[in-house]
Amino acid sequence: MAEAHLSVFRGTPDAPGTFVEFDVPVEEGMVVLDALHWIQANEAPDLAVRWNCKAAKCGSCSAEVNGRPSLTCKTRLSDFEDGETITVEPMRAFPLIRDLVTDVSWNYEVNKRIPPFQPPADKPQESWRWQQEDIERVQEFRKCIECFLCQDVCHVLRNHETERPFMGPRFLVRSAGLEMHPIDTADRTAHLKDEGGIGYCNITKCCTEVCPEHIKITDNAIIPLKERVADKYYDPIQMAWRKLTGKGSADGGQADSGAPVFPGRPERTAPADTETAGKTAPAPPAGDASTNGDPD
Amino acid sequence: MSDAPERYPHDVLVIGAGGAGLRAAIEAADKGASVGLVCKSLLGKAHTVMAEGGMAAALGHVDDRDSWQVHFRDTMVGGKLLNNSRMAELHAKEAPDRVRELELWGAVFDRTRDGRILQRPFGGHTYPRLAHVGDRTGLEMIRTLQDRAVASGIKVYMECTITHLLSRPDRVKGAFGYWRTTGRPVVFPAKSIVLATGGIGRAYQVTSNSWEYSGDGQALAYLAGAELMDMEFVQFHPTGMVWPPGVRGLLVTEAVRGEGGILRNKDGERFMWKYLPEDRRNEYAATDDEASRWVEAQSAGRTTDARRPPELSTRDNVARAIYTEVREGRGSPHGGVFLDISYLPPDHVRRKLPSMYEQFKELADVDITTGPMEVGPTTHYMMGGIRVDAETGATTRPGLYAVGEVSAGMHGANRLGGNSLSDLLVFGQRTGQAAAASATEQAEVPYVDPQAIQTAARELGAPFEAGSAASEDPYRLHEALQATMGTLVGIFRTEDDLDQAIRELTDLRARWDQIRIGGGRAYNPGWGLVYEVRNMLIVSEAVARSAKARRESRGAHSRIDFPDPDPAWAKKNTVARLAGDKMKIATTPLPVLPDELRQLISTE
Repeated sequence: MAEAHLSVFRGTPDAPGTFVEFDVPVEEGMVVLDALHWIQANEAPDLAVRWNCKAAKCGSCSAEVNGRPSLTCKTRLSDFEDGETITVEPMRAFPLIRDLVTDVSWNYEVNKRIPPFQPPADKPQESWRWQQEDIERVQEFRKCIECFLCQDVCHVLRNHETERPFMGPRFLVRSAGLEMHPIDTADRTAHLKDEGGIGYCNITKCCTEVCPEHIKITDNAIIPLKERVADKYYDPIQMAWRKLTGKGSADGGQADSGAPVFPGRPERTAPADTETAGKTAPAPPAGDASTNGDPD
Repeated sequence: MSDAPERYPHDVLVIGAGGAGLRAAIEAADKGASVGLVCKSLLGKAHTVMAEGGMAAALGHVDDRDSWQVHFRDTMVGGKLLNNSRMAELHAKEAPDRVRELELWGAVFDRTRDGRILQRPFGGHTYPRLAHVGDRTGLEMIRTLQDRAVASGIKVYMECTITHLLSRPDRVKGAFGYWRTTGRPVVFPAKSIVLATGGIGRAYQVTSNSWEYSGDGQALAYLAGAELMDMEFVQFHPTGMVWPPGVRGLLVTEAVRGEGGILRNKDGERFMWKYLPEDRRNEYAATDDEASRWVEAQSAGRTTDARRPPELSTRDNVARAIYTEVREGRGSPHGGVFLDISYLPPDHVRRKLPSMYEQFKELADVDITTGPMEVGPTTHYMMGGIRVDAETGATTRPGLYAVGEVSAGMHGANRLGGNSLSDLLVFGQRTGQAAAASATEQAEVPYVDPQAIQTAARELGAPFEAGSAASEDPYRLHEALQATMGTLVGIFRTEDDLDQAIRELTDLRARWDQIRIGGGRAYNPGWGLVYEVRNMLIVSEAVARSAKARRESRGAHSRIDFPDPDPAWAKKNTVARLAGDKMKIATTPLPVLPDELRQLISTE
C-alpha cells in the first residue's frame, strides 16, 4: 500500500474530542508510531504522543489501535488491509491529558505502596546460590516494561467496577516477582488481599492477551498469588486458629487505608466496543470462591 | 497563565533518571540529602532501559583469571589510552561491588551452574565479564534502581524538561524548566545539581538512541560555563538493523557476537579476519576452527584455551570494517552485512537472545534461529561530554556535577561494550555522595534571582510569540541537522567535510532564532523540540569542531586525511568551552598515568 489512512483522536479533558483523518505515505516496515511521527512532522506539529525508544523496550507508546490496546511501535502498518482505516486513540482506562497521552500517574502511586524487596538479615549475600531454572519464573515477571496495556484492558479498572482499591494486573505481576524471588522474606499477602484487592480479579485473562512481553500474567502470577492469599486467610484451620488466638489476622478491608483508588476516566463516554458483562460482580469460577468478591 | 512558577527547593537536584541519575539520587538520599529527581519522561523509561548485553565487572565467576587489573587494561586499550586512567581504575575496582549491590537490592541476574552471577563475553574484554539478564540487562537495572529510589523517599518529578541552569559566577543555583503535561514553568533551587541526561544520538538520523538523547546536559553545562571534552569521539555501534527502513538504526546487541554470531559479506567471506589490528592479533583466534571451539566452550559454560572470535574486536574497529565492506561493494542487499547465529541450536538462541529473536521476528519477518540478520553501523554512544573530576564527578563549575554518558573521560576514544552500565553505577554512587557532601557545606538553599527566572520564562515562550516573519519549523531544522551530521560528521571524516558541517551548523543556528510554533503549551512535542534542537546544535558544533582539531585517527575518530594515530595527540584531550558568544576549542594534557598503572597496560 502506498498510503495508510489513519483516524487519530485529538482532544483535551476540557472539550469533547474528535477524530482527525490523515493520509500517510508508507515505507516498508513502518509501524503506527512512524505514521504518528510523520503526522507530527508534516501535518500536526503539536499532536501529543508519548514515546521513547521505538524498540518495544520502554513501554511508553501504548494506545488503542482499532480498539486493541497496543504498543504503537510494534504495530506494523502492513498488518492492516489495503484501504482499511487505522483508528488510533488513547488508552481508555486512564484520564486524558491530550490527544494520545493519558495520565498514568495512578500506577506509580500504587507501586509505591507495595512492600519492597527484603533480603534475609541472617543470610550473607556471599552465600546466595540460585539455580537458573529456579529463577526463570521471577525473570518472566521482571520482563514487564510497564506499558500499562494490561491495566488498560482490565475490565475492573476500565469499567471502574469497584470503588475499593484494586492494583490491577501490572502490580499483581510485580508483587509476584517479589513474592517468588528466591530470597525475599517479606509477606505481601495482607497487602494483596486488602490494598491490592486481588479478589476482584476474576481471571478473564484479557491482560495476558495484550501483554507485549508475553508474560502469562493470569496463569503464572495472579492465580498462584490468589492461592497464597486463600491459603493464608481462608483456610478453615487457620481461620479457627486466628479466632482462638486473636493472632495473625491482618484484618482486611481497611476502608480508609489511604490506598489510591483508581480514578477512572469519567469524562469520555463509555466505550461501546468492550465486551464485558456489565457492572455486576462476575460469577466466581469454581474452586476459587473464597478469593473472589469484596475483600471484606 | 500565572507568571509565578512553582518552586521545589532541594539539597541535591538530579536531572535525568537513567541508571546514573537514579544511582546518584539513591546515594545522595542515603547520605541524608533532600533529593529531587527530574526526568523528561515517565520514571523507568530512560534510555538505560534499552541496554541489552550486560554490565562489565571483574567478578571472576566464569573465569577466575579475571581481576580489576585486567579489566583496567582492557578498558584503557579499548579507549586507545585516551581515557582518564584514574576513572578507568576506580571503575575496574568498584564495578564488582556495584553489581553485587544491585543483587542485594533485588536484581535477578542469570546464573552460573554453581548458582552465582553468570558473566558473558563481549568485544575487547579478555574474559567473560558481563553480568546480564538475557538481553534485557538495562531493564533489570533500571527497575531495581527505580524500586530502590522509590523506597528511599526520593521526590520524582516526571515529564519535566529543564531548559536553563540558573547560575551566578560563584556557583550554580538552580534549574528552570516546564512540565511537559501542562507547559507550566517550574523552578528547582538547589545546593548541588547533578546532570545525568545521557547522550546525543538524536543529532544523527540513524541511531539506536531514544528521542530523549538530544545533548541536553552537555548544552546546559556548556551554557553555564563548564567545559566539554573529547567531543569528537562518537561511537558508531557496528550492528544496527538496516531493514526495513522503519527500524533502521535499531540496536542489535553485541551479545549476538558474544554468543558466537559470525559476520559475513555478500560473498560469504568472514571478513573480520582481515581487519584485526596487527598489534592485537594474538588475542584473537587464528582459525575458524579455534573460534568455533571458543564458542562451543562458551555455550557449554566451560573455560577454554581457545582465543575469542574476530567478531569480538572493539566496536570502533568492527564498525569501520562493516562500513568499508559495504562501501567497497561487498554489502548485503539493504546496505549492511550479514550477522549469523542460526548455526547454534534454536532453543539456545531464543534463551540467550530473547529480545533479538522477538525484534527480528516482529519487525523484520526474520527468524534469527534459521537465517542471518542484516546489520550496519548506527550512532550509539558519546564518549565525550562534560569534563569531570575522576573521584567526584564535579565539573569545572562549582555546585555542578555530571555522571554517566553526559560526562567524559572514562572511556577515552572508544568505549567497550558493557562498560557503560557499570560506569553509571560506579560514578553514580561517587557523584551522589560528592553532591550531597557539597550540599551540606551550603548553609541554605540558594536564592534564585527572579530576574533570571523571568528571562528564562520569556525565552521559553518566545517561539509562540514570534512575529509572522519568523517561519522556521523545528522538525525541518532537526532533519537538516541530522543530514549534516550524518553525511559530514559520520564514521569517516575529512577537513573539508568538517568545515562544511561547521558552516551548515552556523546557518542552522541563525535559523533557530526564527522558529515559530503553533498550538498550546500542554504536551506540545513541536515546542519541546525547539529546545532540544538548540541543545543538539551546540553539541553538534562541539563534535564537528573537536573532530576538526584532532588531526589524526584514534578509536572512534577516523580522519581519511590523517589516517594514522599521531603520538603527539596521544597525550592530549580536546576541550570546548563558551568564550563570549563563541565556541572555543583548546587542548589539555592527559592526566599523568602512574607507573603502577602503566605497568598493567604494558604487561602481556
